[in-house]
Amino acid sequence: MYRYDEFDASLVKDRVDQFRDQVALRISGEITEDEFKPLRLMNGLYLQLHAYMLRVAIPYGTFDSRQMRMLAHIADKYDKGYGHFTTRQNIQYNWPKLDEVPDILRDLATVEMHAIQTSGNCIRNVTSDQYAGAAKDEIEDPRPWCEMIRQWSSFHPEFSFLPRKFKIAVTGAAHDRAAIQVHDIGATLTHNDNGETGFTIYVGGGLGRTPMLGKKIRDFVPRAELLAYLEAVMRVYNMHGRRDNLYKARIKILVHEIGAEEMIRLVDAEYEDIQKNGALGLPEEEIARILNYFAPPAFEPLDETDTSYAEKLNGDLAFANWAKTNIAEHKAPGYAIVNLSLKPIGDIPGDISAEQMYAVADLAERYSFDEIRATHEQNLTLPHVKQSDLYELWQKLTDQGLATPNIGLASDIIACPGLDYCNLANARSIPLAQEISNRFADLDRQHNVGPLKIKISGCINACGHHHVGHIGILGVDRKGKEYYQISLGGSADENTSVGKILGPSFDEHSITDAVETVVNTYLGLREDGETFLAAVGRVGLEPFKEALYGTD
Amino acid sequence: MALIKNGAFADDTWIDANDNEALTDQATVVSLHRWQSETDVLKSRNAPLGLRLDAGESPEAIADDIDQFDLIKLNFPAFKDGRAYSYARMLRQRYGYTRELRATGNVLRSQLQFMHRVGFDAFEVDERITPEVYAEEVSRLHEVYQPSVDDEHPVFEKRVKK
Ligand code: SF4
Repeated sequence: MYRYDEFDASLVKDRVDQFRDQVALRISGEITEDEFKPLRLMNGLYLQLHAYMLRVAIPYGTFDSRQMRMLAHIADKYDKGYGHFTTRQNIQYNWPKLDEVPDILRDLATVEMHAIQTSGNCIRNVTSDQYAGAAKDEIEDPRPWCEMIRQWSSFHPEFSFLPRKFKIAVTGAAHDRAAIQVHDIGATLTHNDNGETGFTIYVGGGLGRTPMLGKKIRDFVPRAELLAYLEAVMRVYNMHGRRDNLYKARIKILVHEIGAEEMIRLVDAEYEDIQKNGALGLPEEEIARILNYFAPPAFEPLDETDTSYAEKLNGDLAFANWAKTNIAEHKAPGYAIVNLSLKPIGDIPGDISAEQMYAVADLAERYSFDEIRATHEQNLTLPHVKQSDLYELWQKLTDQGLATPNIGLASDIIACPGLDYCNLANARSIPLAQEISNRFADLDRQHNVGPLKIKISGCINACGHHHVGHIGILGVDRKGKEYYQISLGGSADENTSVGKILGPSFDEHSITDAVETVVNTYLGLREDGETFLAAVGRVGLEPFKEALYGTD
Repeated sequence: MALIKNGAFADDTWIDANDNEALTDQATVVSLHRWQSETDVLKSRNAPLGLRLDAGESPEAIADDIDQFDLIKLNFPAFKDGRAYSYARMLRQRYGYTRELRATGNVLRSQLQFMHRVGFDAFEVDERITPEVYAEEVSRLHEVYQPSVDDEHPVFEKRVKK
């Protein structure tokens, strides 16, 4: 994992001091709420329906036990004893008091954390594959590059007032777990024919009211030139992105309006100029320094499969069920990637108590080389666990309510904060997620249904990624009442697609029934071994429409 | 409104001419439109000439005429409109503009360091921003992560030197 040196620490400290001054000016009334707004937004502090909300960055979702304990401490001391993991690998606190926020930021800084650029129209926290450094299908660990992007984009003097927020995702594996094609920039680590490392660049993806998939604008950017190339894209966007209409301000609209060809032409011209004048090529020494932080931990030489693990799988059905969904293949023999579900049946997706955070910190230290990951699906991951420890770990996770065996299943629902917190919402997301989760509580049934991603957004801003849900649910406003629209067939992996809307929306009393009808319809028509997504791809929407709305 | 130039209060000796106003022989700032429609007249004038660029008016339009101007004002119609950050950097870095580059419009104290970093050396500010405030704000962050057009060495360079 990356560790701050004195330079990184100095920058974060300067920012904390600055914000403390700014909060003091606000509290004393020297600046108005309007003047304060851009300042707090540079520091992850939102004003929500009932209170301020603080969003803390977990850069590319990687953190350790020391940091997790601090997150727990903050939940206990400054909030109501819990935190909420978001769809962008961040954590949010819903009830901080304004005058205490500078103290929270100071506490975070002691463990190399911050809330910088988690809001505002700037380059946001860069996201990545939660299995980075552990996945079997990985080409190279993408996180060193995420860290370089984090540094380059922090306090960027030219790009802190963009037309709109800007999200970058980087992945280094064949299977895309970072949804790069629905980001403003998606970068995929790749090797060229000479075996050199570089990145394929996609630009202009995004969800929101006009969902679009990113367009490939460069096959190969050599790794040392990544930042220079990103700088070129940012400059084109900063100068040409629309500023006349909030809803057309994301880079996807620019790319859509001028076309990928023209975008490539503009970016290439800037890129050429930056290479001539900007000197943003990273020195090899600096690249090596950062790569070094992400060297793999000291895995023990183990057999591919641990015998005790195999025995437990045969002997304990509950454990086997958990292993089936919550464990992923590790690249090191004898190790496994363990997912901790933050979606216990009927609970709020992504919520975690301080007590659970402390427990996860202990377990990470004991079983996972002190590494933790936050996932964009609002769960946690312990990336490096020995197979021989899995049973013991599972028991401990079970004690903490963190072993719900539902990763990737119907009750592993992504939901945005919705009308319970968010002032943009049309409808509540969380209670609906809870209701659907309760409806599918029976685990045998969930396992029978198989992989199913249900994603819920409370409004068209799509923070719950409903467009790329196998079943997507969108809160809409109909005559002042909460309604929900269903779409089917979305996906956020390497075959990214946007779901199609089924038909008229449902009110809060019938939406869960409708979801169940959709699932039952699938069960009735699926072929052998066919997943929900594959079935929708084969049969289209018609059978589902018929089941929901009749044939008339 | 006050003018801070190279860190100190300065008198504004420039006249901002609108597009119809007759020009005097005093130092005068004109719009891009006027520059483009009266280029020859303005070039043959015998007094310092300045140029106003609003957001949306890229300096690309004057790339070949940079030497004509002793002052370029880049306007921030709203603090959120960050186009002029790119314009400033292009003027300094790409087109080699070395004279006064002034930020006008919605210039907030929290943005002074960014503006300074992309090449502004003069700022039209409200009365709350004094040279003392300016000095404090412009060195808020003691380190920088990226090269720009100021003299700061980004940390990756410092690290390699160490
Ligand atoms: S999708 Fe809408 S309701 Fe949900 S968090 Fe985003 S803005 Fe708020």
